[in-house]
Amino acid sequence: MRQRISLTVNGKPATLDADPDMPLLYALRGDLGLKNPHFGCGLAQCGACTVHIDGVASRSCGTPVSLAEGREVTTLDGLGTADKPHPVQQAFIQEDVPQCGYCTSGWVMTAAAFLEENKAPTDAEIRDALAGLKCRCGTHMSILRAVKRAALLMAERRRT
Amino acid sequence: MTAALRLDRRGLLKAAGALVVSFAVPDIAGDALAADLRPGKPPLHPEELDSWLAVAPDGTVTAFFGKMDMGQGVDVAIAQIVAEELDVPLARVVVIMGDTALTLNQGGASGSTGVQRGGIPLRNAAAEVRRLLFNQAAKRFDVPREKLTVADGVISVEGDAAKRVSYADLVGGKSFESKLTWNQRYGNDLTVTGEAKPKDPKQYRLVGTSPPRRDVPPKVLGTLDFVTDITVPNMLHGRVVRPPVAGAVPTGVDEASIASFAGAKVVRVKDLVAVVAETEWDAIQAAEALKVRWSDAAPPFPATEAIYDHIRQAKVVTRQAPVDQGPVEAAFAGAARVIEAEYEWPFQSHASMGPACAVVDTKPDSATLWTGSQKPHFARDGVARILGLKPEQVHGIWVPGPGSYGRNDAGDGAAEAAVLSQATGRPVRVQGMRADGHGWDPKAPASIHRARAGFDKDGKVVAYSFESKGFSRLDMSANESSPNDTLAGMLVGHPPKSTAAFGVPAESYAFDAKRMAWETIAPLLDRASPLRTSHLRDPVGPQIHFASESFMDEMAVAAGADPVEFRLRHLRAPRDIAVIKAAAERAGWQTRPSPAGRQSGDTLRGRGIAYAQRAGTVVAVISEIEVDRRTGRIWPRRFVVAHDCGLIVNPETLKRVIEGNIVQTTSRALFEEVTFDKNGVTSLDWLGYPILEIGDAPEAIDVVLIDRPEIAPSGAGEGSTRPVAGALANALFDATGVRIRRAPLTPDRVKAALAQLGQL
Repeated sequence: MRQRISLTVNGKPATLDADPDMPLLYALRGDLGLKNPHFGCGLAQCGACTVHIDGVASRSCGTPVSLAEGREVTTLDGLGTADKPHPVQQAFIQEDVPQCGYCTSGWVMTAAAFLEENKAPTDAEIRDALAGLKCRCGTHMSILRAVKRAALLMAERRRT
Repeated sequence: MTAALRLDRRGLLKAAGALVVSFAVPDIAGDALAADLRPGKPPLHPEELDSWLAVAPDGTVTAFFGKMDMGQGVDVAIAQIVAEELDVPLARVVVIMGDTALTLNQGGASGSTGVQRGGIPLRNAAAEVRRLLFNQAAKRFDVPREKLTVADGVISVEGDAAKRVSYADLVGGKSFESKLTWNQRYGNDLTVTGEAKPKDPKQYRLVGTSPPRRDVPPKVLGTLDFVTDITVPNMLHGRVVRPPVAGAVPTGVDEASIASFAGAKVVRVKDLVAVVAETEWDAIQAAEALKVRWSDAAPPFPATEAIYDHIRQAKVVTRQAPVDQGPVEAAFAGAARVIEAEYEWPFQSHASMGPACAVVDTKPDSATLWTGSQKPHFARDGVARILGLKPEQVHGIWVPGPGSYGRNDAGDGAAEAAVLSQATGRPVRVQGMRADGHGWDPKAPASIHRARAGFDKDGKVVAYSFESKGFSRLDMSANESSPNDTLAGMLVGHPPKSTAAFGVPAESYAFDAKRMAWETIAPLLDRASPLRTSHLRDPVGPQIHFASESFMDEMAVAAGADPVEFRLRHLRAPRDIAVIKAAAERAGWQTRPSPAGRQSGDTLRGRGIAYAQRAGTVVAVISEIEVDRRTGRIWPRRFVVAHDCGLIVNPETLKRVIEGNIVQTTSRALFEEVTFDKNGVTSLDWLGYPILEIGDAPEAIDVVLIDRPEIAPSGAGEGSTRPVAGALANALFDATGVRIRRAPLTPDRVKAALAQLGQL
């Protein structure tokens, strides 16, 4: 029933012995002791558990750990650091976005993947890309400002 | 990362034995916490200046704050207030909150009083520290106090640059051993005064500026621990199993049904059934697999759609008429014309981003609680009671939780973890699944509101009456200090003790005769109910003001008046008038009665205003909406908010708090309704209980801040929540001529109302 699964998490190789059907979320939090992502709904309805799997924003609560075999998983705290934040993180900090902050993985990880695909999005495209994510504190106005700012920061980084 | 902190609170140590290790919660506290802050300090007591402030040898000033910040920036405001009084750089002030061993019970997060009330003792204590340090410096340099000045925490003698001494050199690491005058109260009322007179607001340099929040970078970088991230050695994961019919109790548990999950065990304490396991995944699976026989409880609820008839017909438990001015009934009897309307508001869920989570480590004569509760001192008291311990035997430590806007399920998680830890003799972490959060959190009460107005033959309002009837906002207490108010407490034998409380509109409309009253009814189920009711951001404010401000517009229509002009006609207080005028001016409000008149095309546009007061704060909200005639969807394209909360401490943070309130209440006004059948709640996830999506967020929220340095700051966490639903309903009427009196204003309801009006 259990299975040996090897993956890369935030740039480091990890191997675990787990129920292959267990959601990746519990492998990251339980087996690997990471503090992100968060359990929000367990139903892929809110985004609080979002990670990148090979660069694709994915809900780890609904992804069996076996699907992460051989893949590269990045969590919010693997995306950037205090010294070198990802542009989306930098923008979220500059815009003072989160209130409670529990949903942050969803917005930042989804926006980071989206801005790789669409480098100069319109307001409507940003809203479409972030549909389905939940924020109970109602920080959506700050989120929209931050994602627009992040797009500019990323464009700036590409130029330099 | 959590830093180990050795405490030296003599009183605590004596009482609690070996509680010498705490987990410094916020990363943002920095290294200051790693050092032992309190060697030889007097016991934690309101009269001790050392209970409020400390100056470290490196000059760091630590403020011990007994209220809470839940992500709205209250702690930064407190740091600004303390730094202001002390004249130290803001960066040097650390705010500690939420640790019952380090902070006094100032009531936690409660009624948006973090700055309004919680800031006062901190300000007074800081002023007193400054006074003491000036006295010491005067003695040291043998000069009168008046010759001293301070900048950046360094006191110097005017005209003698060589004579200077820093706060740290005077007192760093030492205690003040100085007394304050305490008003003998705890909770929100707690305050202290010293001999020092705080600064005149005219001298403020830091208060009124906008330093950023300190918890934001670690939240965005993913380095901040939430309560869900707390792990302690030997910890078990627990999950409580809920009955299929609310009110049913277990009559038998088939332990063999979870035999396949290694290490999973059933815990049963009276009517509480749970599983514990070594890993979270095993606990989840075992909780799902566990076979429980439940008692044959009578289904306790009406259907969702029958709730308003239930409220109408239910026996009144308590009636109060806080406002009764003039001969109301006689005035109605003499009126030339009377209009009336009834409004309805559903049960709503706190629907926090994560279901309640807590960790409790129970020892024979002590316990430690990690909780996201916004009132950690009270949650500590509740855990102590359910464990049969004294409050001082329990160390409560707040760690940021998944959002809190009132009395949500955080305290239920704490009580569950306590019971399971005591039963197993091991630390237990509890976090429910999504259905536990939506299904079993305390709910904001459903209610109906009846409004009547009498006009004379000239269209002047001569009589006004506004009466609410609904479930109490305090079926569950506003805090978790009693097991009678938690699910686990009720299941292990502490019956609920509902308190009757509702409210009336907060406004200053002057009518010759005016009555505002409320009535509460009994809860639908008197034990462990998923529809038990509690405070949710601006308790009963959205409900009441949806109705009262919608009705103001209905009165304006009856009077043939513009809604802004009609309100101003009945207001006398300058601050009320100022917010309404400021909002109207910023919005470019065109004076005319509603509705806007026949519009062509599929998109109908309208504007609506509402205003309200809240504990000293005054707010006017104008919404400009678009209604899609085909789908019934309302999009609030723009809000204008004029906000007066007295002196403004941090304008940029205040703006974000207001934006959050507007968006969150828009969600409640347009989308949110707890649904249920006779057995229990059926809106168990985000599909069943939709909230606002980013596509529904406005294009702009224009906030006009009215700063009044001469008026002490009042709360900002809820005032702007109040008028939103009314402003939206009024804008809908303006756009379409349709008046919807039942929240939320869902597309289906809008479409049905348009069809009825022949607008489709």
